Amino acid sequence: MTIAEAPAPPPEAIDEGPIVEAEAATPEFERAAEKAESRRGFLIALPAYAYLVLFFAIPLVIVAIYSFGTRNRFGDTELSGWNLDAYRKLTEPLLRDIFLRSLWLAILTTLICLVVAYPFAYFLATRTPTIRNVMLVFVMIPFWSNFLVRNFAWRVILGTDGPLSTATSAVGLGDTRILFTPTAVVLGLVYGYLPFMILPLYAAIERIDLGLVEASRDLYASGWQTFRRVLLPLSMPGVIAGSILVFIPSLGAYVTPEILGGAKSTLLGSYIVTQFLTARNWPVGASLSFTLTVIMLFATILYFRKGGRTL
Amino acid sequence: MSESTARPRGKTKWLLSTNAVLVYLFFYAPIILLFVFSFSDNRNVGTWGGFTLGWYRDFADNEPIQDAIWVSLRVAFITTVVSVVLGTMAALALERFKFRGQRVFDALLYLPIIIPDVTMAVMMLLFFSQGLDIVNELFGTQAGKGLTTITLSHIAFCISFVSVVVRARLNGMDERLEEAALDLYATRWKTFRHVTLPLIAPGVAGGALLALTLSLDDVVITQFAAGPGSTTLPVYVFGLIRRGVTPLINAVSVVMLAVSILLVLLSLLLQRRGDKETAPVDPGVKAA
Amino acid sequence: MTARRLRTRRVATLVALPLSLALVAGACGSDDDSSSDDGASSTDASGTSSGGSGGDTATAECAVDEVDGDLALFNWAEYIDPEQLQEFADEYGISATMDVYDSNEAMLPQIQAGNSGYDVIVPSDYMVSIMIAGEFIQPLNQDAIPNLANLSTEFTGLPYDPDSTYSVPYQAGTTGLAVDTEVVGTDFPRSWSIVFDPEFADQYSGQISLLNDPRETLGAALKYLGYSLNTTSQDELDEARDLVSSASGNLAAFNTDSADELLTAGETAIAHGYSGDMFTQILETDEGTDRYVYFVPEEGGTRWIDNMAIPFDAPHPCTAHTFINWLLDGEQGAALANWNYYTTPNEAAKPFLDEDLLAFLDDPTVITSGEESLELIVDTGDFEINYSDAFIEAKG
Repeated sequence: MTIAEAPAPPPEAIDEGPIVEAEAATPEFERAAEKAESRRGFLIALPAYAYLVLFFAIPLVIVAIYSFGTRNRFGDTELSGWNLDAYRKLTEPLLRDIFLRSLWLAILTTLICLVVAYPFAYFLATRTPTIRNVMLVFVMIPFWSNFLVRNFAWRVILGTDGPLSTATSAVGLGDTRILFTPTAVVLGLVYGYLPFMILPLYAAIERIDLGLVEASRDLYASGWQTFRRVLLPLSMPGVIAGSILVFIPSLGAYVTPEILGGAKSTLLGSYIVTQFLTARNWPVGASLSFTLTVIMLFATILYFRKGGRTL
Repeated sequence: MSESTARPRGKTKWLLSTNAVLVYLFFYAPIILLFVFSFSDNRNVGTWGGFTLGWYRDFADNEPIQDAIWVSLRVAFITTVVSVVLGTMAALALERFKFRGQRVFDALLYLPIIIPDVTMAVMMLLFFSQGLDIVNELFGTQAGKGLTTITLSHIAFCISFVSVVVRARLNGMDERLEEAALDLYATRWKTFRHVTLPLIAPGVAGGALLALTLSLDDVVITQFAAGPGSTTLPVYVFGLIRRGVTPLINAVSVVMLAVSILLVLLSLLLQRRGDKETAPVDPGVKAA
Repeated sequence: MTARRLRTRRVATLVALPLSLALVAGACGSDDDSSSDDGASSTDASGTSSGGSGGDTATAECAVDEVDGDLALFNWAEYIDPEQLQEFADEYGISATMDVYDSNEAMLPQIQAGNSGYDVIVPSDYMVSIMIAGEFIQPLNQDAIPNLANLSTEFTGLPYDPDSTYSVPYQAGTTGLAVDTEVVGTDFPRSWSIVFDPEFADQYSGQISLLNDPRETLGAALKYLGYSLNTTSQDELDEARDLVSSASGNLAAFNTDSADELLTAGETAIAHGYSGDMFTQILETDEGTDRYVYFVPEEGGTRWIDNMAIPFDAPHPCTAHTFINWLLDGEQGAALANWNYYTTPNEAAKPFLDEDLLAFLDDPTVITSGEESLELIVDTGDFEINYSDAFIEAKG
């Protein structure tokens, strides 16, 4: 736009970009500029890209290869004779039940997190900067204690004679033992993943120009309308990011369901762990992990497309 | 932040603040429990056995736990620094540039978030075992798994989480501010340092916090990437659970939390002082 | 500029490809790799083989009390007093470290993959046979372990390693039921029926826990039905599965790690668990054995033995041998048992055992069924998948 019309710039303020040769903006010039930009982008991405290729993609390939192997008598994996047995096993009804169960749990957890986190993030974003930072950090602090220890603390709280039960008895609601019920599992999962919803939401809401909210209110929109028509669309990237960060780990969670749910029903995460460790059936563990990952990747891409972002 | 109607007031404000209070209560309920029972003279957490400082004394004497904490902290620190740098760069590259292979990179970046923990653990195990074999053969070394392999694994999944948070922030951020800076002859680097970075700072900070937390808490992947003498705290606790969770773990958690809170307060104090010294130019120019 | 840009991009992919191929090739066929197998070789226990260990199956050349470096122990948590470990280190002028795992299955892949760095590991009975077959542990130089003579006769000639060629018993125990008599009373049948018979179990619905372990829990069901807990009959397994499935309605939880705590905390009244865990936990309570009873049901149950073994690529095998020998000393064996309260396989340790422990070990009411009804868990090869699937199906 203004490049071609710019006066000759003071030399020391310029970097190696195309602005130096302050020529007229010919098509070749612009293409060269684009290519320079593109290359710059690639170079900036390169360290992370290279790191992930080396320390993630390659290990992944190795495990992918295992999914085509066979478990021999002793639980080792034989790589000679590639086959799809491990994938065929995934079509059994047992796995369909496990998958549906896990899916439902993950969706529930994500929805609850969203509903609880959004008002919280909005509240946070409308505080003064100092308070905001303090509040944010105090959100994270509990999560610097050990994950297992927190789960065990919940086990005590939700137990038969635990604090929760004592509290409800005192109020006259009688003994409650939420422990080892599906409610306890959802509670535990929401507890564990709420910060992952709060952080992206907060980051997205915080940079919204709240003057827009103000404008909406000035134009007599109700709070709800303002939320639906102004806030929500503007904070959608945060909603999407948060949902992904909560949904996906919840789908594969197994520690919390075991500790708080009593391991009474099997979820995807525990099944995969069982295949890799107890049954030492690496091909199936690998095939399930793979399939799950691919499905999730596609779902993420679709989710993004719907949200109007590029992926 | 003086917009009048954007800040909640009246009924909305009441609802929102109650929600916030409840959320904090929710977050801290187990912490309070941990705190209370760290003084309980009973092996069972949950049964009160009279006040004692014995568990804290045990902690002071317990070398394996202290070693594990030290290992965890070192790993977490390096992981956070590296993954924040790499993750922010990745976010920038994806949000501000277009290059071929961008889609692939984007997908690759999401994989560590998507993949189940135990799968990643197994693949890192295989990778490092083979890799170390090759490295040892090539260089005649005797390297084994340990802190390095743990850190490398942690960074591998933290980069993605950091980038997701920073991207949420970058996306929709007013690019014209950066363009304006460039128009005013700022170099790319200067633009980044003085315009972009301050604006994405909350995202970067959020990402850093996330990376720190993830690294400190990881169990399964660490278990498989670790070697002798490199047990981290979560792995150690995981092993302890077989023999019973005692208030010793509570004492350890309380001490670690206390230290974290102290550090945070300290950094806030320092920030306050820093803010006072530099003239407060509010970069929050969000208006068009 | 175009060519240069193209090159940068290609370089990334080009580097990744051969690297990944190299690593995969490394996974497929090298002698050092134990995680892929060429099938036939894994049954070949003598000489070299292309799968499994690094090929060298000769025993380490070690003299008694010889140390060739520091000790890296890979053990279950709280299975040895850190002070006792330090004593060993001080006595031989080396340093000793211990890392922990929470299950055999978590330990195996790490040893299997090689380069674990550990000198001594503590696998359970069935895991020893798996590791012998895969050649993940090395044969022991028995000359360097003269204290082998201290083992009680019940702990020699074990089916999974008859001549202690690869392993030496460490600690042992049984799996059974622990009951809170304050809730259940003292008049209950010493049988698995209190968990599997709806007439009894329904009264305690929501107060029962079973181990979250396919072999142990299905094993308990199999024993109750009168079968062997090592059966490879799908019909018998299906019966056991259905039994566990109907019992699961009365369960509070399937739990291995905290079964004992749940019991003493009052969450459960009947808990399926390991002898040492239960015993330690019970003794911690005020009422102790007056209130809580542990027994192995009359239909029989599991007996298990944890063993010390040396990984095939242990960096300091001589230190490992010395450590094993040292722990087999009478006083050291007693110190070990007195600390973790499990059954010691060490005859020479018995004079030094704590009274409480002796009382527990000698209590006839504990093993109601008689020693013969106890079985060691044996790896069933391919059938293991059936066990694990049956367990998952039973849980629903």
